[in-house]
Amino acid sequence: MPQVSMTVNGKATSGDVEGRTLLSSYLRDHLGLTGTHVGCDTSQCGACVVHVDGEAVKACTIFALEAEGAEVATIEGQANADGSLNVIQQAFQDHHGLQCGFCTPGMVMSAAALLKDNPKPSEAEVRAYLEGNICRCTGYHNIVKAILAASGQDVGAIAAE
Amino acid sequence: MPKDSGIGASPKRREDVRFLTGAGNYTDDINVNGQAYVHFLRSDVAHAAIRGIDTSAAETMPGVVRVFTGADFEGVGGMPCGWQVTDRHGNPMQEPPHPILAQGKVRHVGDPIAAVVADTYEQARDAAEAIDVDLEDLPAVVDMKSALAEGAPKLHDDLTSNLCYDWVLGETDDALVDKAFAEADHVTTLELTNQRLVANPMEPRVAVGTYERGTEDYTLYTTSQNPHVIRLLMCAFVLGLPEHKVRVVAPDVGGGFGTKIFHYAEEAFCTFAAKACNRPVKWTSSRTEAFMSDAHGRDHVTKIELAMDKDNNFTALRTNTLANMGAYLSTFSSSVPTWLHGTLMAGNYKTPCIQVNVKAVFTSTVPVDAYRGAGRPEATFQIERVIDMAARERGVDPIALRRQNFITEFPYDTPVALTYDTGDYNGTMDKLEAAADIAGFAARRAESEKHGKLRGLGINSYIEACGIAPSNIVGMLGARAGLYDAATVRVNATGSISVMVGAHSHGQGHETAFPQVVAEMIGIDESQIEIVHGDTSKIPFGMGTYGSRSLAVCGSAMVRATEKVINKAKKIAAHLMEASDADIELKDGVFSVAGTDKSVAWGDVTLTAYVPHNFPLEEIEPGLEETAFYDPANFTYPAGAYACEVEVDPETGKVTIERFSAADDFGNIVNPMIVDGQVHGGIGQGIGQALLEGCVYDENGQLLSGSYMDYAMPRADDVPFYTVDHSSQTPCTHNPLGVKGCGEAGAIGSPPSVVNAVIDALQSGGNEVAHIDMPLSPARVWQAMNG
Repeated sequence: MPQVSMTVNGKATSGDVEGRTLLSSYLRDHLGLTGTHVGCDTSQCGACVVHVDGEAVKACTIFALEAEGAEVATIEGQANADGSLNVIQQAFQDHHGLQCGFCTPGMVMSAAALLKDNPKPSEAEVRAYLEGNICRCTGYHNIVKAILAASGQDVGAIAAE
Repeated sequence: MPKDSGIGASPKRREDVRFLTGAGNYTDDINVNGQAYVHFLRSDVAHAAIRGIDTSAAETMPGVVRVFTGADFEGVGGMPCGWQVTDRHGNPMQEPPHPILAQGKVRHVGDPIAAVVADTYEQARDAAEAIDVDLEDLPAVVDMKSALAEGAPKLHDDLTSNLCYDWVLGETDDALVDKAFAEADHVTTLELTNQRLVANPMEPRVAVGTYERGTEDYTLYTTSQNPHVIRLLMCAFVLGLPEHKVRVVAPDVGGGFGTKIFHYAEEAFCTFAAKACNRPVKWTSSRTEAFMSDAHGRDHVTKIELAMDKDNNFTALRTNTLANMGAYLSTFSSSVPTWLHGTLMAGNYKTPCIQVNVKAVFTSTVPVDAYRGAGRPEATFQIERVIDMAARERGVDPIALRRQNFITEFPYDTPVALTYDTGDYNGTMDKLEAAADIAGFAARRAESEKHGKLRGLGINSYIEACGIAPSNIVGMLGARAGLYDAATVRVNATGSISVMVGAHSHGQGHETAFPQVVAEMIGIDESQIEIVHGDTSKIPFGMGTYGSRSLAVCGSAMVRATEKVINKAKKIAAHLMEASDADIELKDGVFSVAGTDKSVAWGDVTLTAYVPHNFPLEEIEPGLEETAFYDPANFTYPAGAYACEVEVDPETGKVTIERFSAADDFGNIVNPMIVDGQVHGGIGQGIGQALLEGCVYDENGQLLSGSYMDYAMPRADDVPFYTVDHSSQTPCTHNPLGVKGCGEAGAIGSPPSVVNAVIDALQSGGNEVAHIDMPLSPARVWQAMNG
């Protein structure tokens, strides 16, 4: 079995994987980082979004071997150094941007990627960016609101929460 | 001023921290030392006889532990149905066997034929491909009308036909109903489809079964909304296991929406196989498997007729519905088109004569069962669409027509078996008119028209029945279960409290909202209270969470148990202060003797309960822990009014939701933030049904919508921000919190307003389209506009 090595949340990791092992499986099954979720088989749901070398990637769409040598960031590495929630995570809690929590890791990772490229997105830009992240619980209202709030925009005027 | 704690406050959800940091514990995150993996070989045809299964090649594949087929389960029970419906002639419904693995026949695409247990998933999947199944194709029965036709191929050879039952509710005398229609000044008739949906919680189903040889204890970890129900069904009806030797755990569950209520074959399989293989056995559904094995929802075809007198008073309502059961009866499938649908056909209106006719039909499709709303969305959609159509035919305002016919006096006995305890349908309609700025619609329409778009406004009312109960009545109606719930309040010596609840939280935020109630009752900080749920070894019993019942039923049990705790604590406090129990008051976590300055703190009393040196031992026992089971006296009846504004692009038929407003009456509200979130989510799913979603089979029973590639889930850019108003509150009269339930309202109330809005938009453009079946895709809307 080939060996793969990558840095995950700042730590060096390596493991023996099959050629067909997906990055999502490597993270969940080999490293025990079960915060990255798998909600579909067709790369639509976005529950598995992680960052690979700073880019948002669906971890179920690439093989672990394709991430050889990469810097990978997952939901487990997103909190502040003191363990407190980061700005995006805190905004999701403040604005009730999650219910069952299953899509949440992917939502937070996608939101981080969006705000890195577009620090003050419009509502329409947030909604368009989340095209690849499905949530079944929230009707998206509070997710969009949380991301706008995380970007520092005033969400007080948004239709009654 | 909004409160910052207790009932009516919106504290941040405590469960969020683990979900936001990747520290949730979902079933697929659970791995047991030495576990093997199962892959199910599923039928790729809709209906066939199994002539032979050759597993010999698969058995010798690398890593294979064992291959199972239907023959391994011949001495074992099948998947049970929890509700026996009695037909219009007094006969029980036809109830076919539903084996864990197919025996003799496969009856839908996805029906499991064999199961391979292997060291790894990959090995199990590889070996399944080496199984040789000899199938003899039989004709599929997909369309319900064809399935009921004379000479149609029978899905179950032992049944007399594909008819499960033919049921009637309300006025059973056809002559009286005919007379009411004959005497009507106007009759509006509508034929419609409430299309098949797939619930699609984002977490696919998972089961992990373990067996301890030394103690003969089983544990099943499963994605369930009701672990005790799963344990009871699996032990008593399927595997014949002693209930006390089986623990069922439903840890963090990633959404349910009904489809995780039911007992599934994969759960029983993993439990059975753990012993048979002497290894833990894990199954994780793929999304593709979920589409062909999770129970589906809705799938009704209906003709509804509404009779009105010359003044537009509703005088009679008659419906004829075909309800798809799929190939087998899922756990609560039979109750959905009957007692959860027929009973709601009065809606919010005082129609005096109602007749509901339902034929439930077996077809070669995945079983259909409860999905968010379960029968109530189907009822609401029919009523609110036919009323809208009637308003157009009569040239009257749709809001005025509804108001004219609203029930205004409570309690109200409907002609379809329910007693509404409270409500204020004009009140919620008033709130809606304000929230939706209906007065400003004309100006917004004019603006849309300037841009070449058709704008429509659709409104509707809804009522639902939640917290299905009481047990003795539902038992008479055919339920094979009780519908109470239970809670244990365990006060620790230091005063903190664990509350073990039968309700299960899979997104509803019980861990945050339930402590608000106990904290308010005792007057201590919410952080001193934790909620324990989802594990049969920790909680007393529980019927679980569905039908918007958690707070109304389990919350009531929690209140009762907390009252018992307080009563006992008062006795202890009275002893400590040498006073009479009757004089003890509890406020802000301090017991005091009325009219004196004597007091003792909550923590002193709880410590005394466990260190009973100075304690009324002759009168009460040490300790401070109480359990209550609560069986409600009636359903609860949340109700409200919804408004949707759409723009339709006349060039493409594309519908855009521009505004969506909801005014609900949920009675008293414990956590407004969570309640609003529940409504948002329901509206999102309702818009999904109205515009996007549909589970489609071809005439051969092939599932055409088997993944997110071809089943359109609502995305963030398909929906707007919603306006929700919950200020109209008529508390439930028969539960201690006065709460009604809010989990399903959004999904029940929203589809008709979307469709009513699209019809309004098209008619505003001079197009006389009367109805379009959901989902209102651009193709369907364009076709309706262009004939």
